[in-house]
Amino acid sequence: MSDNKKKTGLIFFPAFDWAISPTHPEREERLLYTQDQVFEEGLLDLDNIVEFKPGLATIQDINRIHICAPDAESVITQSHLISAGGAITAAEKVMQKEVDNAFALVRPPGHHAMRIVHGARGFCNINIEAIMVEYIRHKYGPKKIAIVDTDCHHGDGSQDIFWHDPNTLYISVHQDGRTLYPGSGFPDEFGGPNALGYTINIPLPPNTSDEGFLFTLDNLILPMLDEFKPDLIINSAGQDNHYSDPITNMAFSAQGYAILNDRLSPDIAVLEGGYSIESALPYVNVGIILAMAGLDYSHVTEPDYNPENIRQPPQTTQYIEQQVSHIYNLWRNRRSQRAGVTKGGEYMRRDKSIFYDTDGISEQQKETVRICDECGGLITIDSQASTGNRIFAVMIPGQSCPTCRKKGEEIFESTAGGSYDYVYFQDRDRDIFLVK
Amino acid sequence: MIVGIDVGGTHTDAVLLDRFEIKKTAKVITNRENLIKSLMEVTEEIFEGEDPGKLEKVVLSTTISTNAIVQSKTDRVGMILAAGPGLSSEMLRINEDTRFISGYVNHRGIRVAGTDRKEVTGIGDIFEKEGIDHVGIVGKFSTRNPRLETEIGDIIDGRFRHMSFGHRMSGNLNFPRRIATTYLNAAIWNTYNIFVKNIMEYVGHTNTTAPIYILKADGGTSGISQSAEYPVGSILSGPAASVMGILSLTNDNRDAVALDIGGTTTDIAIFAGGTPLLEPLGVTIEGHKTLIRGLLTRSIGIGGDSRVRYEDGQLVIGPERDGPAAAFGGPSPTPTDAMIALSLTNIGDRGKALKAVEEIAGIKNCSIEEMAKEMFDLACRKIISAVNEMLSEINNKPVYTVHEIFEGKKINPEVVYVVGGPARPMASYIDKMLGFPSFIPEHAQVANAIGAALARTTTELTLLADTEKGEMTIAEEGIQASIPRGFTRENAIDICEDKLRERALRMGAREDDLDIEIIEDQVFNMVSEMGYSAGKNIRIKAQVKPGLVAGFKKEESDVR
Repeated sequence: MSDNKKKTGLIFFPAFDWAISPTHPEREERLLYTQDQVFEEGLLDLDNIVEFKPGLATIQDINRIHICAPDAESVITQSHLISAGGAITAAEKVMQKEVDNAFALVRPPGHHAMRIVHGARGFCNINIEAIMVEYIRHKYGPKKIAIVDTDCHHGDGSQDIFWHDPNTLYISVHQDGRTLYPGSGFPDEFGGPNALGYTINIPLPPNTSDEGFLFTLDNLILPMLDEFKPDLIINSAGQDNHYSDPITNMAFSAQGYAILNDRLSPDIAVLEGGYSIESALPYVNVGIILAMAGLDYSHVTEPDYNPENIRQPPQTTQYIEQQVSHIYNLWRNRRSQRAGVTKGGEYMRRDKSIFYDTDGISEQQKETVRICDECGGLITIDSQASTGNRIFAVMIPGQSCPTCRKKGEEIFESTAGGSYDYVYFQDRDRDIFLVK
Repeated sequence: MIVGIDVGGTHTDAVLLDRFEIKKTAKVITNRENLIKSLMEVTEEIFEGEDPGKLEKVVLSTTISTNAIVQSKTDRVGMILAAGPGLSSEMLRINEDTRFISGYVNHRGIRVAGTDRKEVTGIGDIFEKEGIDHVGIVGKFSTRNPRLETEIGDIIDGRFRHMSFGHRMSGNLNFPRRIATTYLNAAIWNTYNIFVKNIMEYVGHTNTTAPIYILKADGGTSGISQSAEYPVGSILSGPAASVMGILSLTNDNRDAVALDIGGTTTDIAIFAGGTPLLEPLGVTIEGHKTLIRGLLTRSIGIGGDSRVRYEDGQLVIGPERDGPAAAFGGPSPTPTDAMIALSLTNIGDRGKALKAVEEIAGIKNCSIEEMAKEMFDLACRKIISAVNEMLSEINNKPVYTVHEIFEGKKINPEVVYVVGGPARPMASYIDKMLGFPSFIPEHAQVANAIGAALARTTTELTLLADTEKGEMTIAEEGIQASIPRGFTRENAIDICEDKLRERALRMGAREDDLDIEIIEDQVFNMVSEMGYSAGKNIRIKAQVKPGLVAGFKKEESDVR
């Protein structure tokens, strides 16, 4: 085992004084027992595990990825700056080669936060992984990045943000949306016209256990990663697939999570959901940390762990095998599908209704992307929220082509403020963010 | 009258304080093979002509425990571990007599698997057959529920000379450190207890009834007989004595850095508002990370006698010492020789110092003065960078609340105290580099003995209350008691303070030295899966912090 030892950075921020509300699952003691277990195991004394204090994300870091209405300051709390900052710290330690990999064990989470933010949805205000990814590109130049989101809920926020980005392979493996919030994440949600195939959704049936997750990893996720050849692999490490999670129906174990991390070998892991704070999180997190550090995790089991009790039924196994082979074929044929989607047009529009369950806000969105062979394509969004805010945003993607940039600048220039409360301009390559 | 005695590696120093004024000092060579002998000699010297009846107390800082560990003069220990799930047993095994049992406790203090009587008896049989006299019993999360450890102890009770229990060592979480601490405690228990017995016999022959105290690693004292149960508490008392000495000789309430520049090493300590900082979890000795409460000190291999040489075109200092400085007949050039060459001090044989510096100056092809300056500068810079690194570590220590991230207190030193041989020549240089003034206390040569004499009794306790379980635990005291559902944070603080007071008085504290402080205060609402409140998880830690005995501060200038 010791041959595989890696230096692992741990950014631990349990936010013991922050909650959405006193009885909300996202509350003060969510990571309390995880802290106890990590401390008691003495993990921070191991010579290849180093703890770092999270830095603070800046408003600029948020504005590089999000359009917040009316502004970033009003949709976040200090805690969000720390959890996004913790993810950035994890990335910095890896990029600076201070560690081989890093785990941001921070809260509050972020993967339900979309590009446009009017408030909180799915316990998330801002998307901490997306902020981290854009920070990495801003500071270290263009990177091909794969995000493997193992939270039990479909990462609809991350999907929305990376939908048009061919340089980010976003893979979400989650409980089937027909049985769980947010109800999306089906295989046919496959990425925008300029990034077709770079959003991959793998819905798994309720009661999927270690066997099903690891089959999916070995036969679908790892082969896709082999082909994509990312510069960095990020694990959106939600822990609510656990068999004891109170708000989901899956049957994944601490051993399963540890093996998954061992095989996936992410450069950076960022905690997402996971609300079995007493029976699952302490063991899952210890398992993930040991696996990332290349240490023996085989003794990390929940007190009530019995593989026989959580074994998935044979028909589930069969269903997963079919699902995996179907999605893998979609991925292999991603390039040939583009013409059928774009149909030779210049722009494509999608209309979205978004509900912010945590804050009770609803939003109507018209998103238009320029069909482009050179870059991710210029994006404009017209958004009306029940808060009364109507906004318009022009977004130039990273590594943009001159045409998309020029058109974007013209649209921002010519859009009159009159019909909108705010008009935003976001240019990632030049790191420009304007509001009028 | 108070007597402070510091047993050092080379000398044993004693100081006699009369109303906090130094009345007398004494010094003998330390007899490493027989510490009692050195103690008797120095005591007889310091008491000559004094009235033993006026003696209030004697405080000893001794190397007995440290030496036993460093020189591996330890006893064989049979270790019984209740590890449960987590790290592999190979990572936890501390010696070849480590045995694992099936029972364990989880993070809530709930016993998941109970004690198997036959299993434990069997391990006892093996230990006995092997001729093992000392046993350590350690459970994961035993601070949350000590019962499993005590049950194991009950099963094999009476079969061994002594048993050390993990939950008694500290209230802090960290199983591997609890294992190491319990192991070391058991391994030196016999050596330490013989030492205590000898001292008590010796005291019995004198005319004094004054209590004897032992200085601990945290810069506080404990009555000698109370210390016998917890011998590891007395390790590394030397650096603690030095820090407490500096505190007594400076006596102010500012954030400060303390440097003890010796021949081989420089020891660094930090004061926050006049209180020396403690290691967050415990001290490290001989590679063992422990839960032994101790002052935060950092030792770097730079001292007046460090060997200086050229290596790969670079000037290198330390960390080894070849012997004394060249000016005192040593084999290699040292920072002390550089200071002599620069006329910063006029000790030793200047000719020899110049000659030694000239040797390396020749390699670099520069003047003696240039080389001496470079050597001196490098030694100072190495110390400064260690200080800055330590401060940055302290100020960047991870914290776990939004409040602390935004409002957390930072250490901002306003003064650097410097003691040790090269203190005078180096202080004025170092303070400029650090950017705040230096202060060289008087009587620094007996600082350790003074520090021991003036240290107060310290201790800490951790209380955990779980109102859902209806139970409260204070592991260090072996207390486990039922609590009502309405048990509050305020109840917890009251009980913790009371028990801490009792513990400190039992260890020999005086009532007016009980400067009690709550150092951890957390309350979590536990919410059931259905979303209703299931109870409270209350965590309180209280301490008597390291400091000087009451009465001393009032007569501030006496010692100066």
